[in-house]
Amino acid sequence: MAASPTSSVPIGNWKRRHLLGLEKLDREEIELILDHAAEFKTLQATRSKLSHLNGIVVANLFFEPSTRTKTSFSLAAKRLSADTVDFTASGSSLSKGETFIDTALTIESMGVDLMVVRHSSPGAPELLSRHLKSGVLNAGDGTHEHPTQGLLDIFTMREKLGSLEGKTVTLVGDIKHSRVARSNIWGLQKLGAKVIVCGPPTLIPVEIEQLGVTVAHRFDDVLAESDVINLLRVQFERQRGAFFPSIAEYAHLFGMNKKRLQKSKEDVLILAPGPINRGVEITPDVADGKHSQILHQVTNGLFVRMACLHLLAQTQERKSVIQ
Amino acid sequence: MSSLRIKNGRVIDPSNHLDAQQDLLIIDGLVVDEKEFGADFAADREIDATGMIVCPGLIDCHVSFREPGFEEDETIETGATAALAGGFTTVADLPDTFPVVDSRASAEFVVRQSDRAAQCRVVPIGAVTKNHAGEELAEIGQLIDGGAIAFSDGKRPISNPEIMRRALQYTSMWNRAILNHAQVPELVQGGQMHEGFQSTVLGLRGMPAAAEEIMVRRDIALAETSNGRVHIMSISSKRSVEEIRQAISRGIQVSADVSPHHLLLTDECLVDYDTNYKVDPPIRTEEHRQALIEGLADGTISCISSDHQPLSEEKKSLEIDQAPFGIAGLETLLPLCVKTLIEPGHLTWSQLICKLTHGPATLLGLDAGTIRPGSVADVTIIAPDETWSIRTDQFQSKSRNNPFDDMVVTGRVKYTIVDGEVRFQCRDAELIRSNKI
Repeated sequence: MAASPTSSVPIGNWKRRHLLGLEKLDREEIELILDHAAEFKTLQATRSKLSHLNGIVVANLFFEPSTRTKTSFSLAAKRLSADTVDFTASGSSLSKGETFIDTALTIESMGVDLMVVRHSSPGAPELLSRHLKSGVLNAGDGTHEHPTQGLLDIFTMREKLGSLEGKTVTLVGDIKHSRVARSNIWGLQKLGAKVIVCGPPTLIPVEIEQLGVTVAHRFDDVLAESDVINLLRVQFERQRGAFFPSIAEYAHLFGMNKKRLQKSKEDVLILAPGPINRGVEITPDVADGKHSQILHQVTNGLFVRMACLHLLAQTQERKSVIQ
Repeated sequence: MSSLRIKNGRVIDPSNHLDAQQDLLIIDGLVVDEKEFGADFAADREIDATGMIVCPGLIDCHVSFREPGFEEDETIETGATAALAGGFTTVADLPDTFPVVDSRASAEFVVRQSDRAAQCRVVPIGAVTKNHAGEELAEIGQLIDGGAIAFSDGKRPISNPEIMRRALQYTSMWNRAILNHAQVPELVQGGQMHEGFQSTVLGLRGMPAAAEEIMVRRDIALAETSNGRVHIMSISSKRSVEEIRQAISRGIQVSADVSPHHLLLTDECLVDYDTNYKVDPPIRTEEHRQALIEGLADGTISCISSDHQPLSEEKKSLEIDQAPFGIAGLETLLPLCVKTLIEPGHLTWSQLICKLTHGPATLLGLDAGTIRPGSVADVTIIAPDETWSIRTDQFQSKSRNNPFDDMVVTGRVKYTIVDGEVRFQCRDAELIRSNKI
């Protein structure tokens, strides 16, 4: 479809060049992104291509494998008429010994305005933001943050609940190795929600109570008070050693199933950032049931990422000449 | 005969309980009793030390110069030059080299390179186990013959308790200390920083204080049963300090040093993921920091070490979980100690100088750290009130990995004298007056 004229989506007081995490955003900034995403969702009802990022070049720098996040970002940029370039670490100059900063600088010097960065090292996007002129958008850094996933989770909750003020959201599972958990905790609390983190002590990071969350180790005890249950994936690839005895035992203690759904609030929302391990964190009947928001989350992710890209592009100095 | 008079300084020598305004006379590389020569003895050269502190040359009980094997980080020559600029006249060099200093020849290499550099004295610390593998004892007797003064596997903890017990028993033949990096490896595997609230927020894998405390307790127990001498390098935990305090009171041969960054910083410094703050053991919380200062003040911790870990820029400019640990600290140790210990009143100058001279000399069994008449004239002259800005680009060290760039500090080394010879003179220090024309 042809690109429609730029719609007047207000950007409010947005001043940031980078989006590195939800920790540093205030409530107004988070709400601005969510409102912005909601407008893009409305605009996209016609599925026409928008021209908000016409002339902007967005690079996807994925130093860690990803399918859904990369596809979502790529599509979000394209829906806004940006030019996109994809970079993946495998087969790149990284394997020839180049540092990732040099790799990013090289790609930037081709005229890139925004860098979407996924990396296995916490703080890697922040490190890049200190070296690059382009805006940096964190698409997940190790076990630190995944701000757009946090925002799309919150967007989905807000869409269904109206407001998060006074609501209880329970994050279940591998909190220790989850960047999604950290982004959820920062964002949800800023919007007035109570957050419970639930999992075995081996998967709960130390002193997390200082973030203002409640820690629970028995899933059944917190079902009745939870308005939202967000089932985090067990990060087998980030773990070393045994954090729990077996998958079967994990599923027995922390898996969401029909029995636990019956103990939950009637209108409880079930979220999972995915990819889900069916039969581990969630049974198929619940994953595909009426409480599940899993596919809505994926859809909303597109609009949240469009909103983030648009906001950062506004504060990013346009470079008309490749230097 | 050559002679040098350091005039009118505040001469502090903790080994000699001396803190007095007086001259210091050096003749032919030795400190002499001025009374024997008379106050009107005309020395060849003079340094006016009015307003300055004159003390025994500083000693660092463990640094890493990484030669041979990692000359891109530092060489013995560049490290020794950096040490001089930091006021050090003797440094003990850890064997974290390639090949490891685990034979007589390799210890002799360090001694030889130190002689060639002719900067400060660099004395080798030999490996405890062959190739740092933690399995077989290195040739400790041969290493001593080659010049090794103490033993350590550097940043690799001696984790096998039976090997550690034998090493303590064996070295007791020479009354030499074993310097251990006290840490249970399994508890810190993959760790990047102190395990606590900050590591949770930053998503970095933590290194719990318990990893150190458990090893400290083990080392104390082994020292008690083996009659050996164990020294904990760069102690960082509150409970470790308590354990050592109690062990010393029970007469066990255990000691510890602390590094300035552990006295100055807390784990909040890592909030920007700056790899310059990534050190091992990690910088911990305020509670731990305060306990380290208390440990120094009450004498539990007998030495301060820079734990100089120079690393080339390309190694430190990596993602935080891929960058190596360490700060190049020789040239900033003194002003950081002033900031953390002297200015808040935790230590007197005499106490601080003791931790940097008599303390490490005793640990390493060195005939140094004193300026009593007859001793070798290794002397440091400090302007205690001079304010200046740290500039890492002016370091003598080959590496720049130091987080204190641009920090305004007080207390500056003006002259460093080895064997009676002025080997370092601060750029703006007054020229030495020569009476020899």
